[in-house]
Formats: sequence, C-alpha cells, structure tokens
Amino acid sequence: MTPKFYTLVAAAALVAGGASAGTLDDVKAAGKLKCGVSQGLPGFSTPDDSGKWTGLDVDYCRAVAATVLDDPEAVEFVSLSAKDRFTALSSGEIDILSRNTTWTITRDTDLGITFTGVSYYDGQGMMVPASLGVTTALELDGATICTNTGTTTELNITDYFTQHGMSFELVALENSDEVIAAYGAGRCDVFTTDRSGVAAERLKLADPDAHVVLPETISKEPLGPSVRADDKQWERVSKWVLNALIEAEEYGITSANVDEMMTSENPSVQRILGAGDNDYGAPMGLTKDWAARAIKAVGNYGEIYDRNVGPDTPLKLDRGVNNLWNNGGFMYAPPIR
Amino acid sequence: MSSISDSDDAVRSERSGLAALVFDAKARSLFFQAVLAILIIIAAYIAVRNAGANLAEQGREFGFDFFGRPSDIQILTTFGTWLIGYEAGKNTVFDVFLLSIANTLIIAIAGVIFATLWGFLLGIFRLSNNFVLNSFATIYIELLRNVPLLLQIFFWTAVLRLVAPGPRDAGWLVPGLLSWNSKGIYGPYPLVEPGFSYTLIAFLLACVAAWGFARWAKRRQDATGKQSSVGLVTLGLLILVPTLVFLVTGRPMTIEWPNFVTEGPILRRGFERGIGSYIAPEFFALFLALTTYTAAFIAEIVRAGIQAVPNGQSEAAGALGLPPGLAMRKVILPQAFRVIIPPLTSQYLNLTKNSSLAAAIGYPELVAVFAGTTLNQVGRAIEIIAIVILVYLTISLLTSAFMNWFNNRVKLVER
Ligand SMILES: N[C@@H](CCC(=O)N[C@@H](CS)C(=O)NCC(=O)O)C(=O)O
Repeated sequence: MTPKFYTLVAAAALVAGGASAGTLDDVKAAGKLKCGVSQGLPGFSTPDDSGKWTGLDVDYCRAVAATVLDDPEAVEFVSLSAKDRFTALSSGEIDILSRNTTWTITRDTDLGITFTGVSYYDGQGMMVPASLGVTTALELDGATICTNTGTTTELNITDYFTQHGMSFELVALENSDEVIAAYGAGRCDVFTTDRSGVAAERLKLADPDAHVVLPETISKEPLGPSVRADDKQWERVSKWVLNALIEAEEYGITSANVDEMMTSENPSVQRILGAGDNDYGAPMGLTKDWAARAIKAVGNYGEIYDRNVGPDTPLKLDRGVNNLWNNGGFMYAPPIR
Repeated sequence: MSSISDSDDAVRSERSGLAALVFDAKARSLFFQAVLAILIIIAAYIAVRNAGANLAEQGREFGFDFFGRPSDIQILTTFGTWLIGYEAGKNTVFDVFLLSIANTLIIAIAGVIFATLWGFLLGIFRLSNNFVLNSFATIYIELLRNVPLLLQIFFWTAVLRLVAPGPRDAGWLVPGLLSWNSKGIYGPYPLVEPGFSYTLIAFLLACVAAWGFARWAKRRQDATGKQSSVGLVTLGLLILVPTLVFLVTGRPMTIEWPNFVTEGPILRRGFERGIGSYIAPEFFALFLALTTYTAAFIAEIVRAGIQAVPNGQSEAAGALGLPPGLAMRKVILPQAFRVIIPPLTSQYLNLTKNSSLAAAIGYPELVAVFAGTTLNQVGRAIEIIAIVILVYLTISLLTSAFMNWFNNRVKLVER
C-alpha cells in the first residue's frame, strides 16, 4: 500500500464517522486481530520461507490473539513502513502496532496513540564498512549516513552530530531494503538504526563480515506495542498480555509446562494462570485463563526472546538489559494480583 | 439553441407561477445548482465537525501553529536547502515546507524541459523513414510506457550506483565540466563579486534589444519580404554585450571548482562538501526516470499531432521549395501544435505529480519531506495533507493557465 494511501485513510477516517472505541469487541466479532508489523525485519517481524510471519513483535501479536480469540493464528499481519505506522493505527487500519517502535513522549501524547509497555530495550547503533578503519563514532565527521524516514533514528543522528560538532549528510529512505541497499552500494558511509535493527539488516548485506558495528549507543530506544489512545479497555488488554509474558518467565511458566503449572502450589502462579477461583480476566473483558492461553501459544518472554533474537539465532543478540530485573536486566512486570 | 428558448418562452406565457418556473430551463438549472451547492456545504460542514470531534476525542488539536516550530531534521543537500540556506535546528517547519516545494518545482521544471525536447525528437524519429531511427523510437516508446515508473526510478538509481566511481574516487561525467562519484555530481560554482550586477543589467538590456530587433525584423519582412538574420543578431547581443561589460568592470566573478581531497581523515576524503556546485544522485536518478518516461508519452502525442496535419500541407511546402526540415518547423509543427498542446499539458501535470514518487529514493520533495518526515514529527495529518493538496492544485492550475495562454497564441497562427 502506498504511503499517501494511509495518510489519506487517516485523514478520511477522522473526517468520516465517529471512531469506535470497542476494539476488543470488534476483534472478537471479526474473529481476527489486525496487527501492524514491519516490512521485514529479521528477528522482529519477517515472513519465513513459507510466508508465515515470525519474530518477537509477531509473537506478541499472536499472544494477544491467543488471549482474546484462543487462536494464535487468528492474526492478520499488516506490513507498514516506519512512516505509515502511526496513521495506520490511529485511523483504525490496524488494531495494534507491534513494529519495533520506540516509545517517546510525542508519539504517546500527540498522535492519538498510547504505548502499553516495552518488549525490547534497545539503543541506536551505527555500522560502517570495516575497510574504512573507523573504530569510534567520533571519527565520523563528514560522513554520509543512510537511515529510515519517519523514525527516531533520523532525529537522534542529527542530535548526536550537532552535539559533537560534526557535519554529515543524511539520506533518509522509506523502505528498509532501500536503505541497506543504498549503504551496500556505497551511497552512504554509515548505516544507522536501532542496534537490533543493525544486527538484522546487516544479515541482508552481501558480505556481513565486511562491516563493523561501532561501540557507541547514541540513544535510548525502548521498543513496544501501542494502541489507539481512546480505548482504555483495549489498552489494558495489550498492556497485561505483555506483563503476563514477563511474569510467566519470572515464575518459570513455559509453553511446555503451562498445563502442569495449573496445579502449582505457588499462589503467584495460580493467579497468573487463573487457577482455582482466580479470575483477573473478567475486568478486562477476557476469560480467566487469558494469560495461560498466551503462554501456551508463544511461551514466556524468555522463550520468545531466545527463539527470535537470542544467541542461538542469526541475530545473536545477548540478553543483556533485556534480562529479567532479578537477573540484572530491565524487564520488570507489575504483579498480577 | 434559439428555438428551444423560443418554445420555452411560448410555454412560459401560457403558464404562471411555480409551474412556469418548473418549465423554465434556466430556473431549473439554477435550482439544481443551488441544491448541489447546499449539499456540498452541508457535507463540508459535517466533515469539519466530525474531524474536530474525533480529534478532540483522541486528544489531538487542529491548527497550523506547527509551522513556527524549529525543524531539527537533517535534509539532503539539494536545490531547496541551498535556496533556504537550511540548517537542522536553525530553521522552522515553514522553511522546510518552502524548501520541499522548491525541490518539487525544480525537478518538475527540469523534467518538463528535457522531456519535451527528448519527446519531440522521439516523436519525429517515430515518423522518420529511416528504419533505424524509426525502430529505435518505436521500441523505446513501447518499452518505457509499459514499465511502471517506480521501477524505472529504482532502475536508474541502481544503474547510477553501478557505473559511478566509488565514494572516494572521482570520474568525469562531462569531461572538463562535471565530475562525479557515488555520492553525487560536482561542478563549477560562480562566486559573484559586488560589481557583477552590471553584467546582469547588461544582459537584461541585451534581451530587450534582441526582442526589439526581432520585432523590427518581422515587420520589415512582412512589409518588404526582406529577411534578416535574427538568430545571429540575438546571439551576438546576448553574448557579446554582457561579456564586454563583464570584462570592462574587471571580471567581478570567480569560478569555484570542486575540491578533491586525497589525504586526511578517511571520511573527509573525496569531494569536499560545500565547495563547487553539487547535484545529489537521487535528483539525477529521478530526473532521468521522469524525463525518459514522460518523453515516451510526449513522443506519441507529437506523432499524433503531426499526423493530424493533412499530407497536402507538407506536399505544398515541398512544392514551394521548402526543404523538409524547414517545412517541418514552419509549416507542419505550428499546425500540429494545436493538437499537441492540450494532451502535452496533462503530461506536464503528470510529471509534476509523479515527482512525488521520489519519497522511495530519498529525494526531499514535498511529499517525502513535508508530508513524510515533517508529518511524522508534528503529527498533523489533516492539516498537512490539505496543504499538500492545495500546493499541487495551485501548481496544476498555474501550469494549465500558462499552457492555455500558449495554446491561444499558437491558435492565432491559423487565422
Ligand atoms: N525504533 C525506531 C526505528 C524503527 C524502524 O523503522 N527501524 C527500521 C530499521 S531497524 C525498520 O523497522 N525497518 C524494517 C521496515 O522497514 O519495515 C522508531 O521507532 O522510530
């Protein structure tokens, strides 16, 4: 779909009838969840060889679909460029945006959308051809840089260069494949985006080993899902599905043992899984086994991480700050009780 | 016409009051126009009210105050950034708006001029008896008209990257004038000094003189049949006069040539930025794509236009002893123009609108920057899209107005 199309849809949707607030009911009625993802970012959201969407952002949407519809496959993935994603969400084209999107104040307050958590703590990194012999970002004065339009990346890079009194030229392209192609062809000296994105895009280069990622992380990029701001109920669903996946890891609930855990003696586990009289789903308009459904479908946060971006995947990303809080990381979910 | 209104008058005289109005063609048409106008106003009112309510519900505002905000985005060095003197953080969103329009206009103007020249040539090739020229034009036209433009833009981008020297190498694009590499095209840049305005004034005066001479020559030819070499005199005036003044005032201009750096920090090597003139590869690729693509359509329009001129005209011109080239210029083309101009205008409008595909390769024009990056930065979709539509509408109406004026001028030639 063309960029102008989404913007027009957004404008048209605002001009036409009133926005409907009941996304949860709409999703239940439609029998499927419309989830906005990237145009193909390995590890986060990308179609595999058989055309099936996979990735960390994709699994989150499957978890939501499992919670609401009891079917992780009941998701329609809509691939969006960075530039089109927010209009696609606010206009109702999609129900939820799960597309390596950074939580910022402008996006949270000015675009009619609300972030519901952080699914990956990231920061902006830079990649250069190894042949340049550059070892730090401070040697980049005069560089030509390629990145995506409509991203925080495009804004951060300007901050960084201005702060360090360095000059640069920016080539901002809409489609990631074009960005990495432009870099690969020597149009740019530097490729920049979220570090996870750098790792993923690097795999698309002819010779990934001929390129190095510089040590500097020049920004905070907390990536997470977002929903329309005018729908509190849907916002809670989105927020608590993510929390439940993190809680599940903390309490050792996995996709494999979730059925056995139903009989666990641990009250925290019982509450998460809705065992016995526990019912935390009802106030959100969900069933009592809401979280159990999600965990069964995609596993807990750690399983999702390892499967899609962890050290055993082509991306080889260390868990680092994305570890649980009691394991030296930032992942900390408010309690389910 | 007159018979209808006569009978209307007859009917009217027989009936009276409301009934008369119903049978009055003028009153009927006025009535329906009024109804339509009222419906449009109601629809517009509902749209604006809904938009306001929906925005309020989403906690968003409506307004144009964002124009005053500082714009902290870096924008590719192009005609627009040069014109505005753009620097990230120092200019406002309004400046970005202006520079993106400038970038749209410059690609549209360059595209229109070169697509017209190339298109006319192709159109004439297409009618040529020369087998090679004819087949070349036919194949070219069929090929380019049938491949989606976006693909052609990507194609030219890729081709330029393949053939251009590497980022820290240099090669000639136009020997002695333009150098290039994968980062862009570099050429001379005129640095004018204070006294240069005299040369400009001399040039303007020479233009006026050339125009006066052309008028005089035409009158003389009309009256006496004597021809004068207008072309030569014009050229002489336009070149000699300013050059003389330029020399007399002590050459108040220097040419700055691109500076190729081979030492120092690696990222500083290659052509030095800000020295000489610069064309971004994105502009060049877009220019090639738009020009070659639109030329294919213009060629067909030109062919149809020329074929619309009866054969007798060229035969008559031949009988009068006009050589084929002159016959084409003086007899055929002027008549073909009347058929050519209306569809040509719509090709010009198409080219202008097609320039918005630039967003895909990163050339910072109106849609890519203002309706793209800026929209994302300030999040005012309705306002920004409305403005972009207005800008394109204005450009289209101005182009159409100009072409209509031109059309009326060439029409008179017919008499
Ligand atoms: N996290 C940043 C950057 C997001 C972004 O668009 N990144 C690019 C490069 S990692 C991307 O998603 N590319 C995949 C695509 O184009 O669909 C943001 O939210 O603005």
